[in-house]
Amino acid sequence: MINFLKLISRNKLALFGGILLVIIFVVSFLSPLLPLKDPDVIKTSDRFLLPFSEGYLLGTDHLGRDLLSRLLWGTRLSLLVGISAALISATIGSILGTIAGFYGNKTDNVIMRIIDVLMAFPYILLALAIVAVLGPGLFNAMIAVALVNIPFFARNIRGVTVTIANKEFIDAARLSGMSNFKIIIYEIFPNILPVIVVTISTTVGWMILETAGLSFLGLGSQPPQADLGSMLGEGRSALIVNPHTSYVPGAMIFLIVIAVNLFGDGIRDALDPRLSKGELVKPQPVTQIKSNGNVENKSNSFLSVKNLTTAFEFDNKLHLASKDVSFDIKKGECLGLIGESGSGKSVTALSITCLVASPPGVIVNGSVKFQGDDILKMNYEQIRELRGNKISYIFQDPLSTLHPLIKIGKQLEEAFIEHNHQKNKEATLKGKELLKLVQIPNIENVWNSYPHELSGGMRQRVSIAMALTNDPELIIADEPTTALDVTVQAQILSLLDTLRKERGLSVLFISHDFGVVSQICDRVIVMYGGQIVEEGKTENIMSKPRHPYTSQLMECVPHIGFGKRKLPTILGSPPLIIYKKEIGCSFASRCLFKKDNCLNEDIKIVRKGDSEVRCLYPHE
Amino acid sequence: MNYLLQRLLSAIPVLLGITIIVFFIISLIPGDPATAILGSYATPENVKLLNEQLGLDKGLVQRYFIWLGNLVQGDLGRSFALNRPVLDEILERFNATLILSGTAFILCSVVGVLIGTISAFKQYTITDKIITFTVLTGISLPSFFLGMMMILLFAVNLQWLPVSGMYAIYGGGDFLDLIHHLIMPAIALALVATGVVARITRNSVLEILRQDYIRTARAKGVREGNVLFKHVLRIAIVTILPILGLQAGFVLSGSVFIEIVFQWPGVGRMLVDAILKRDILLVQGGVMFVAACYVLFNIAVDLLQRYLDPRIK
Repeated sequence: MINFLKLISRNKLALFGGILLVIIFVVSFLSPLLPLKDPDVIKTSDRFLLPFSEGYLLGTDHLGRDLLSRLLWGTRLSLLVGISAALISATIGSILGTIAGFYGNKTDNVIMRIIDVLMAFPYILLALAIVAVLGPGLFNAMIAVALVNIPFFARNIRGVTVTIANKEFIDAARLSGMSNFKIIIYEIFPNILPVIVVTISTTVGWMILETAGLSFLGLGSQPPQADLGSMLGEGRSALIVNPHTSYVPGAMIFLIVIAVNLFGDGIRDALDPRLSKGELVKPQPVTQIKSNGNVENKSNSFLSVKNLTTAFEFDNKLHLASKDVSFDIKKGECLGLIGESGSGKSVTALSITCLVASPPGVIVNGSVKFQGDDILKMNYEQIRELRGNKISYIFQDPLSTLHPLIKIGKQLEEAFIEHNHQKNKEATLKGKELLKLVQIPNIENVWNSYPHELSGGMRQRVSIAMALTNDPELIIADEPTTALDVTVQAQILSLLDTLRKERGLSVLFISHDFGVVSQICDRVIVMYGGQIVEEGKTENIMSKPRHPYTSQLMECVPHIGFGKRKLPTILGSPPLIIYKKEIGCSFASRCLFKKDNCLNEDIKIVRKGDSEVRCLYPHE
Repeated sequence: MNYLLQRLLSAIPVLLGITIIVFFIISLIPGDPATAILGSYATPENVKLLNEQLGLDKGLVQRYFIWLGNLVQGDLGRSFALNRPVLDEILERFNATLILSGTAFILCSVVGVLIGTISAFKQYTITDKIITFTVLTGISLPSFFLGMMMILLFAVNLQWLPVSGMYAIYGGGDFLDLIHHLIMPAIALALVATGVVARITRNSVLEILRQDYIRTARAKGVREGNVLFKHVLRIAIVTILPILGLQAGFVLSGSVFIEIVFQWPGVGRMLVDAILKRDILLVQGGVMFVAACYVLFNIAVDLLQRYLDPRIK
């Protein structure tokens, strides 16, 4: 609860709304105690006095009644009626929703069909019909508004109840012999309460407005009793000559509703954890770079990555995802980057053209020299010129990485059109040529399909074709075969291998699978906990891994034809978040060869021949 | 085509449900319609006779089926206050409501999606803050109050636009005259819905921007403007469409208030008058008619959704 209040008070607008609401509440509910004139006393000699007249702070209405007094009494009435309506419909709606969601089947069907029919009415029609039956009057208007909003609650609550009712702890409660009624009260209700609160807080403003509306139409409160709506209705007949009788109640309705909305939004944000994690922040087109000092990079390699450090920023704290990653790729070389999930390999790959979503991504340090120019020093337009042109990407799961609502052909043409400023016709020719290149049969068909209509292998071929559009010099393939089954995987790999050899492409190939990497890569980098732990020629690493992590990782690869054996696993789990302060070897806690001094200092990567390893006691 | 038929058939239970609710709510009304029509000086014989003529001596369920039978044939009964067939009155009025609500609906969809998208794309800039603030104010303003303030400002003080009505009484009646009269009520009616659409659009665009396929577009080097218009909006429209369907209901509802404030000769004003005069058949017919139109409209939204999103099959 205190946490909740803290979250709300951090949101300044919600706090403002809350305070405004409290003031309105206190003043209007104290109105019987305040030294106000009687709101219903008629004094025709004082008709239509303007605000700030003597004795009448807000003036008087068409019958000479004190507007301030009427306003406060009216506010009190409007709030009472609106909130009562909200509570009534929340109660009935939640009960219906819970029952429908919990019992399911026929009960659910019957209740929800009725709710569907009720929702088929524009709300005011139903309210008007109900008022027509009950007759005009404030109480009846309240009933109408409450009834009209029941379906909304029932639907929301049913949805949540269904998810909760299918969880294990409900089964457990059932097995322990709890009655359905008790389960609903003790297990379900506490879990749906936040949803009920959020729904009330987001609808109570509407309900106050709706009752005011019915009163405005003359169907709510009847004279001499007045809520804000009927005050506004009365004011309307004198709108042109004496507008103050309208804008006094109108402004109050506005204040109440805006306060409720601000506060309600605050409650929703505080109870919706997705928002507090900052996921609904727009990702920038390039990763934010907060480099602390220049990294000297004199390498003349085709691609040279030096001390690349990328972090995610949450609550003003940096959590490193990759730390001081350095490697080179030569022209025409295929470099494998291998590691478990969370090892920092994908982040490294995306950082090369600043594609890490930012926020929360931040490149803290490093240099990425591509053909002599540092990408991290380029502006957005320069980076955009590189992307999909000289450097292109193939991503993991093409079902989520291809646009679901754009036809394959259009997606293929796009990179060509963006970078060549040429007409669609040439782009179409080029695109179809590429589809042929990646061995797609009946090109015309595929061209006019949507991604979901193709098989996984086809989709990945399309992604490869897309990456080849502008004859790139470097392809970064981020687990391009992970989502595919083994035979298709083999086809895609051999396709990639042929293409790169034919075209002299450099490839950075990211994978978690040694088997895949050994088929296609010249050299391999092994990453663990955001750092490179070993680097070397593929055949050397495959035959003689030096880092304990690499060797243990390779133990986990099943071999066909080597008889039965138990597949080993690496005990423990990789570090998920790396804090700057931690020192020593990050693999130490899972390492079978750990010695005391492994945790004393940061381990440097040591070069020996044409390989590197980050370990004090590497296998020799 | 097959689906269209299927969807229309599935609307039948909903429409039947609506008739049941409308009929039985209305028949709960206390008092004797015959007495209401004939006045309190009617002789018991006359009341009995009229009740027989109206079929009110029969049972409730029987009466429902008679009413339903007439309804299917387009006979909604006679309004006793106006002394003309209910359907004729509704059709005449509905035209005006359709013009008003239709304009407001188009306004709220186009403007709402547009400013919501801009707001998301310029998140945390001054543009975004201005839009967010305006939207917040907009959705908190009761449309009837806003309408009144607009009349004061634009019609009374500045005299740019007519105070009320649909056409000028003298010499009006052409299209320009209609537009002139339509501007204020349409804007007043659209404002809240525009705010709601803008808010939802902003959130949904922000969510879409996080998707993998947007990263793919950026990895291809697509310009930000094209990322927005070709990739983000394409998806955003599909996710917002159901919300637009809901807004149509809000706009129709709001039109009741706006028609009163601007003296617009539509169904909403007719209904309120009918309730105050206890003209039951007119209320019944009006509610039934508008609800049925709303159901059909939502079917149209469904079909559009299907057309725009090939994944739904």
